Amino acid sequence: MMKGLKKWGLFSLLAAMMVFLSGCGEEFISALKPAGEVAREQYNLLMLAITIMTIVVVVVTVIYLIAFFKFRRSKVGEDVIPKQVEGSHKLEIIWTVIPIILLLILAVPTVMTTYKLGDVAAMDEVDEDGNPVALTVDVTAKLYWWEFSYPKYDIVTAQELVVPTGEKVYFNLKAADVKHSFWVPAIGGKMDTNVDNLNKFYLVFDKESEDLKDGVFYGKCAELCGPSHALMDFKVKSVSPENFDKWVAAMQATEGQTADPESTDLGEATFAQSCIGCHAVSAVGAPVSLQQNPGPNLTTFGDRNRTAGFMDHTEEALQQWIKDPEKYKPGNLMTGKYQVTDEEIEALASYIMGLSVEEK
Amino acid sequence: MSSSVKKKGFGATVWDYLTTVDHKKIAVMYLLGGTLFFVIAGLEAVLMRIQLMYPENDFVSAGTFNQLLTMHGTTMLFLAAMPLLFAFMNMIVPLQIGARDVAFPFLNSLGFWLFFLGGLFLHLSFFMGGAPDAGWTSYASLSLYSPGHGVDFYVLGLQVSGAGTLISGINFLVTIINMRAPGMTFMRMPLFTWTTFVTSALILFGFPPLTAGLILLLFDRMFSAKFFDVMYGGNTIIWEHLFWIFGHPEVYILVLPAFGLFSEIIPTFSRKRLFGYSSMVFATILIGFLGFMVWAHHMFTVGLGPTANAIFAVATMAIAVPTGMKVFNWLLTVWGGSIKVTTPMLYALGFIPSFVAGGVTGIMQATAPLDYQLHDSYFIVAHFHYVIVGGIVLGLLGSTHFYWPLFFNRMLNETLGKITFWIFFIGFHMTFFLQHFLGLMGMPRRVFTYMPDQGWDLFNFISTIGAFLMSAGVILLVLNVIITAIKGEPAGNDPWGDTRTLEWAIPQPIPFYNFRQTPLVRGLDPYWIEKQEGNKEGMVYAEPLGDIHMPNNSIVPFVMSLGLFIASFGALYSPLGVADDSRTWAIPVLVIGLVITFGSMIYRSLKDDHGYYVTVAEIEALEEELYGKKGGNK
Repeated sequence: MMKGLKKWGLFSLLAAMMVFLSGCGEEFISALKPAGEVAREQYNLLMLAITIMTIVVVVVTVIYLIAFFKFRRSKVGEDVIPKQVEGSHKLEIIWTVIPIILLLILAVPTVMTTYKLGDVAAMDEVDEDGNPVALTVDVTAKLYWWEFSYPKYDIVTAQELVVPTGEKVYFNLKAADVKHSFWVPAIGGKMDTNVDNLNKFYLVFDKESEDLKDGVFYGKCAELCGPSHALMDFKVKSVSPENFDKWVAAMQATEGQTADPESTDLGEATFAQSCIGCHAVSAVGAPVSLQQNPGPNLTTFGDRNRTAGFMDHTEEALQQWIKDPEKYKPGNLMTGKYQVTDEEIEALASYIMGLSVEEK
Repeated sequence: MSSSVKKKGFGATVWDYLTTVDHKKIAVMYLLGGTLFFVIAGLEAVLMRIQLMYPENDFVSAGTFNQLLTMHGTTMLFLAAMPLLFAFMNMIVPLQIGARDVAFPFLNSLGFWLFFLGGLFLHLSFFMGGAPDAGWTSYASLSLYSPGHGVDFYVLGLQVSGAGTLISGINFLVTIINMRAPGMTFMRMPLFTWTTFVTSALILFGFPPLTAGLILLLFDRMFSAKFFDVMYGGNTIIWEHLFWIFGHPEVYILVLPAFGLFSEIIPTFSRKRLFGYSSMVFATILIGFLGFMVWAHHMFTVGLGPTANAIFAVATMAIAVPTGMKVFNWLLTVWGGSIKVTTPMLYALGFIPSFVAGGVTGIMQATAPLDYQLHDSYFIVAHFHYVIVGGIVLGLLGSTHFYWPLFFNRMLNETLGKITFWIFFIGFHMTFFLQHFLGLMGMPRRVFTYMPDQGWDLFNFISTIGAFLMSAGVILLVLNVIITAIKGEPAGNDPWGDTRTLEWAIPQPIPFYNFRQTPLVRGLDPYWIEKQEGNKEGMVYAEPLGDIHMPNNSIVPFVMSLGLFIASFGALYSPLGVADDSRTWAIPVLVIGLVITFGSMIYRSLKDDHGYYVTVAEIEALEEELYGKKGGNK
């Protein structure tokens, strides 16, 4: 009977907690609204941990309050000298053993999940032709922006990660300048992008991001990396496997695409003169080509959700950004690399906005 | 204080403090220095909270914000919490163990001046081209990339003040091992002395890794070495390890003395001996030991692999056991006692639930896969502020009230003290409780701004209001100190009535040699024992009244520290440095500074200083001056 009661007590506590916590945060960014297997495992651990910890807090609080109200000097008398108790072995053993048991309950799933989430062996699996089976994305973090390249398909993009739903997507994480950290709270915990080595982990995207408020999940840089650390956002678009294949094909079709300096479009001509040294407009090519195109690839700029990772995705915002990047993202590496007139900026903005691979 | 006894000119007083080796005066200097830096760092926090009050606020710029967050963390931990705890250690530990001073009074003074001048040097960065901006952790890739001299100030300032801390740590170890009065066995030492002892051991083993890391970073920054430059085969993860091998024990270095302080306050105002004394001692040692085994839990997301993460996760959870023992022992000390809610006790009572909350969120973060979500989010900010403010700062504020009569022979105003507590305590929870949820809702830490409509606006606003309340609390405390200084009446010894340990048995004001005769300790809580047996004197003595051997004052510690302070400017503008504005005078200044320091060391080594004796006649004359006729105003 007592046991049953306890179980129900625990269960209702857990349920209450879940209701309370799941009321928290926005679907596209909150770790409390998991939208993938990894985040869900972590959420479950959170619930388990919170339940155990709440029990601890409640027990301590109850003892504390009883002791406090029962043994006030006004209650026990002004001149009473309490018995000078030395201690109690029985009690010492109780409050050593019970916490150990509680910790074991938490430690076992912790260790299991640690190994589970750390398992990236499938990255190296290949089919008969030697092609990798799993989808791997190489993430390169640079000062205040993100590059995503897909070695399996030989395509590269920036700032907006596109992934298929329903499968494990593996990531190779690396930083090109200083340390950053890759985090999509609704999909799973973070992993650092070190300058020293390649980090590997996987995420699973359960549902298409289309129905979300902005149609994307929010991603963040979670490691202090300089003045604009707070602005080093990226977005994640999760699409159905079919749409993902379509997107890949569209990306591959941009092979050889470039800006023509002789173009009658002032925007394209200016781009060819002032921008193409850093920004590629073809998604096919060598990723992380630091020397050739050190800036974000702009092939899909028109399809994106934000300008510069966090500003509105409008021509006006883009014009402001091109005009004075330092004002919006202090410490960025684009400032001062080019000189363009206001007229050219307007043309550039409409040209860059037009770069798209998706059907509208 | 002796000011009422011997009127001295301002210059003489300054000279007295510059040269003093008296642990009580050094304690006062630590208290003043620590408070100064505490207020500065608190102000930095308020500026940051104002910036984060609204989304897309432009109160401070991104670069300034990073300087503020770096200096807030660095200052609070190295230059506020540590010296404030050192103030209490210096004041109380020698008195608690029945000693006339610490084992090395000269080193005690040296430790203080190194800390203070190192801290001063670090703060000059604000006026000399910008403060450090790579976080208090100063991770190597960012700290090497950081332009300007900010990080150089960090490296040099911490190196100098860190040396001071290490020296003080060694000093307390030796003091506690060697200077205990007859009968003060290890298992009769008050808990605060015990925690100081374990903390000092942690300093001894914890600071060298930081020193090593800083030296490597210093060579990288100042002489363009490549220890952390990946392009040349360096490795930045090594910095992270070195930093956290120091950094995690640092947390315990700070919190253990706070535990010790509460272990003095709680029994006093429960009128009951500490429950489970021996298990408290055991838990302290165990926490200190385990503290060195868990540093990589700060690095779960670095990619050390599942095995390392799993081991460190479980090791970290293990620390909860001795910490839990402590909490339950405190509760059981209160249980069956006679609780008097004074201001210090109020802080202790506020501490227990706050610290438990901080502790359990720590266990949540020990859960490695869960930490992938929590790490570097606002959750961790909430967690460590619950531990640091809920544990250490409440400990410091409570002890300020508790030990003020011991320091200055005055009582702080109790009513004002209780109001201060409530404002600070409510402000504290208001600031940090919601930050747990901000973290879970995806807000990363160390961000200078955030965009609206991510669900974070309201909680950030509330958090900022809480920060205002906390500052109001601190301002009230300062007012209380000022009022007490002007209006306070002499408190005498044992002003709280129920104190238990030796430091309260000494007559007030405390003579510079502490105990006219070394006391004999007859058990745990010696003063309580004597009081219970009706001994009006409060002590029994282990020796007859005789001449007292005391150390001479010396300006050498100050000069020695000043040399390093000067040398730091030379190193800062080194022509080989990363920052590109070197100065031609850099190398000469570096050399001059080092010559001053090493010159003072040679002087100190060659010149014998045997101290001096206070004769019995002088002792009796002084005591008559202080307390009137013998046995009078005690």
